[in-house]
Amino acid sequence: MSSHEEAPLLQVRDLEVVYRTAGGSVPAVRGVSLTLEAGSKLGVAGESGCGKSTVALALLRLLPKTARVGGQVLLEGEDVTRMRWGRLRAVRWAGASIVFQGAMHSLNAVRRVGDQVAEPMLLHGTAPPGGVEARVGELLESVGLPRWRARSYPHELSGGQRQRVMIAMALACEPRLIIADEPTTALDVMVQAQILRLIDDLVAGRGIGLLMISHDLSVLAGTCDRLAVMYAGRVVEEGPADEVVAAARHPYASALSAAFPRVGDPASRMAPSGLPGDPPDPAALPEGCSFRPRCPVAEDRCSSTDPDLWEAGGADRRAACVKVLAAEEAG
Amino acid sequence: MKKGSALTRSATSGAAPPEQGAPGPGAAPEGPGPTGPSRAVRVLRYLGGRLFTAAVSLAAVLVTSFFLFRILPGDPVRAMTEGREVTVEQMEELRRQFGLDRPLWQQFADYCLGVLRFDFGTSYQYRVPVAELIAERIGPTVLLAGTGTVVAALIGLVLGTRAAWRRGSAGDRITTAVALTLWSVPSFWLGLLLIVVLASGVGWLPGLFPTSGMATPGVEGAFDSALDVAHHMVLPVATMVAVVYAQYLLIMRSSVLDEMGADYLTTARAKGLRDALVLRRHAVPNALLPTVTLIFLNLGRVLGGVILIETVFAWPGLGSLFYSGLRVPDLPLVQALFVLFASAVIVMNLLADLVYPLLDPRVRT
Amino acid sequence: MSAPTPSRRALVWARRRAAWGEFARIYASNRAGLFGLAALLAAALVALCAPLFIDPAELDVTGGPGGRFEAPSADYWLGTDAFGRSVLDMVLWGARISLTVGFLAAFVSVALGTVIGIVAGHFGGWASDVLMRVTDWFLVLPSLVVAIALAAVMERSTLTIIVAIGVTAWPATARVVRAQTLSVEARPFIERARALGGGHLHVMKRHVLPNVMPVVLAQTTLLVAEAIVMESTLSFLGLGDPSTISWGGILQDARNAGAISSGIWWYMIPPGLAIALVALSFTLCGRALEGVFNPRLRERR
Repeated sequence: MSSHEEAPLLQVRDLEVVYRTAGGSVPAVRGVSLTLEAGSKLGVAGESGCGKSTVALALLRLLPKTARVGGQVLLEGEDVTRMRWGRLRAVRWAGASIVFQGAMHSLNAVRRVGDQVAEPMLLHGTAPPGGVEARVGELLESVGLPRWRARSYPHELSGGQRQRVMIAMALACEPRLIIADEPTTALDVMVQAQILRLIDDLVAGRGIGLLMISHDLSVLAGTCDRLAVMYAGRVVEEGPADEVVAAARHPYASALSAAFPRVGDPASRMAPSGLPGDPPDPAALPEGCSFRPRCPVAEDRCSSTDPDLWEAGGADRRAACVKVLAAEEAG
Repeated sequence: MKKGSALTRSATSGAAPPEQGAPGPGAAPEGPGPTGPSRAVRVLRYLGGRLFTAAVSLAAVLVTSFFLFRILPGDPVRAMTEGREVTVEQMEELRRQFGLDRPLWQQFADYCLGVLRFDFGTSYQYRVPVAELIAERIGPTVLLAGTGTVVAALIGLVLGTRAAWRRGSAGDRITTAVALTLWSVPSFWLGLLLIVVLASGVGWLPGLFPTSGMATPGVEGAFDSALDVAHHMVLPVATMVAVVYAQYLLIMRSSVLDEMGADYLTTARAKGLRDALVLRRHAVPNALLPTVTLIFLNLGRVLGGVILIETVFAWPGLGSLFYSGLRVPDLPLVQALFVLFASAVIVMNLLADLVYPLLDPRVRT
Repeated sequence: MSAPTPSRRALVWARRRAAWGEFARIYASNRAGLFGLAALLAAALVALCAPLFIDPAELDVTGGPGGRFEAPSADYWLGTDAFGRSVLDMVLWGARISLTVGFLAAFVSVALGTVIGIVAGHFGGWASDVLMRVTDWFLVLPSLVVAIALAAVMERSTLTIIVAIGVTAWPATARVVRAQTLSVEARPFIERARALGGGHLHVMKRHVLPNVMPVVLAQTTLLVAEAIVMESTLSFLGLGDPSTISWGGILQDARNAGAISSGIWWYMIPPGLAIALVALSFTLCGRALEGVFNPRLRERR
């Protein structure tokens, strides 16, 4: 805790997650490192199954018992993976909260949304003097819902309204970090834009760090300062959001961003367009670079080397491709 | 299960998500406002539908009870006099006495009118109105069946939840195995065993509980009598619970397991709730919905089971009355009890339909 | 299989063998199910072979070879009853009636339930509505009470018991079968069969029935357990055929002979244990079968 001032808000170091299944061990996350400064916004992109949601759940140790986690998750300098249960429960939601995807099932269907928003405040003792009820009303209004909605049940709300409730709930204990896992998936495009703007405003206004996870690069590019692109359990490219989108160095990241310009077009959500094949089965990854079977510019050496993240031109830009390495050395 | 789906269907047939409570003035909902009939009308329509179904079922029970005992092979009078020497004249006299010589439709009309006035005729066996007999015996049965159901449901819900929560553990496997075994045991036999071991006494073990009946003659005072009845109840209730709780346990276990992977439980854990609270506040309220419905639906079986348990323990309730009626056979009595047992189930079903919306806000419209 | 171009029949057989192998593998992974199956086979063997080592004459009230209420001994492992008959022999012999009644009653109710379920699921419309209303209504009736009433009204015979159980137990099967029929009929091959000119009967018999059978099999197994307990209950209440020996009947005799108050445990415990064991075995088998046919359940158990 002595390093509290200097330590970044969130620092993930060599995070590994292995699921033990009947068929053997399946590596879902293979050495992911991320850094998020207080008040900044980091996006994590990738196809479904690339391990991005596993990363989100690992940050607060919410993975099922079959998952084995390695590496470090430093939240304001404190390692979440080594916390005692009591400390972990105190950090959950009060230190970092999560906005889950598909708010229909992330809210309890048989309890009023107001009670669900109030629950973490009562649990962590962060209720303000004015009373929990007033605070719930404030929170709902801050996400654009009328106060009386506190008495509603989730099924009485639309998808966008439920997502707003999720966001109000995430803000309840005024955490330093919010993790948003596919916050706009399953919402139609107009509502999606509203929700993104709402998240943007709230985070900017309160100096909260945001880690946003999505398969949709356009969603992340509009909201986040920095982007990390994941493929098969690894970060393959990382850098300032606009640069990654405009000029990706890794062939996978450029394939993803190729689908980007058409905002609102349903086809652009089927990222990445024009990329043949499926992501590899985590239980049977190919030799060498795991993107090689689908890579349009693969070479012979790609089947023998699995490159790490390298500095890739310019400040804060890194990519994991042998071509990037070659270009750096040549240049 | 079927109840749940039927209810959900009727609930979602409304045009728009219904308003909950009274919105403050000027508080406009974001979504489209309700366009269907008002809430009160829908509630009344729902209640009306349920009541109508129940009434049709009751009528069908009435018809069945009448024809089942008359049209099936076997002559009531011959059955009544089975094993005794009777002349043809005596049988004719009996026939006339019980109105059996009249046309069937007339008998049926009389029967229906009688039932509406709670007049089920006169018992062949006791020679008193059946309604009186029932009024006398209904209390002990309700006491026994009610206590047994409540205890069995509590045990089943608690153990089922724990088994699901520690799914696959030794505790889960033992709990499930014991429940399945007890479920397979015939209740009357278990009752007999308990009598032998705990009431009659075996070897050095003295009889701890009374072998039969509901009260010891001569015990006076409200407190002492209550204690005496409770003492008599231990074995019958234990027998009933042992045989019945397994199904509640299995249902609760599988409902909780259904909820286990649900996203809202991850949300609850992410909020920092202890596992016990995640279970109690979030998983159990959701898992209770199908279970409570099935507990109500199972009351029919419970009533059937009560017949056996009362017979074994000579408990002075409707079950032993039914059994004694069968041995004669005392048709008016058996017929009335049949109607009573079946209507109890129908009423319980109706209650389940009415209770379900209170538990599940998705259905409460 | 070594033939270079296997015939159609050979292919069908190979496929069946593979399916059966898969079935056996999944079933065998359920230890409780294996235990149930073994116990059932043993019980069935005993029931079939009983006449080989038991003389029916000795089971008659007048032909008991031993004395009244003899305690278990080398001659009579489980002692004797009020008429000097060997309790062990009676329990073994009782397996015949109990298993027969259990199987036949389950068969009657499953056959009834399957036909009604398939018809309701296949035709839909008002016919289905009416059938399901009737089914629901039967489902509501307390089955033991109805069975007792039926058994009381009809003459006392094994057939009566079978009918009483069969008639009261079918609605649950009808519900399950109807649901399964609806899901089968939603699949494309039914549409193809219809387009090729298959009539109602053809579709129901050749396409729906085979796909509904697995569910029906599991349901039957569970019902047999219920029917066996029900049979013993009716016999215990004195509604069984007095001239046959069944487990429930033995318990009724034991109770009437005062075995409870005089502590003649060997007369009372074996028949009840036999009922519980066989019913439990059928339940375990049924659950194991359900698990094989329904992967979601398998994961849960």
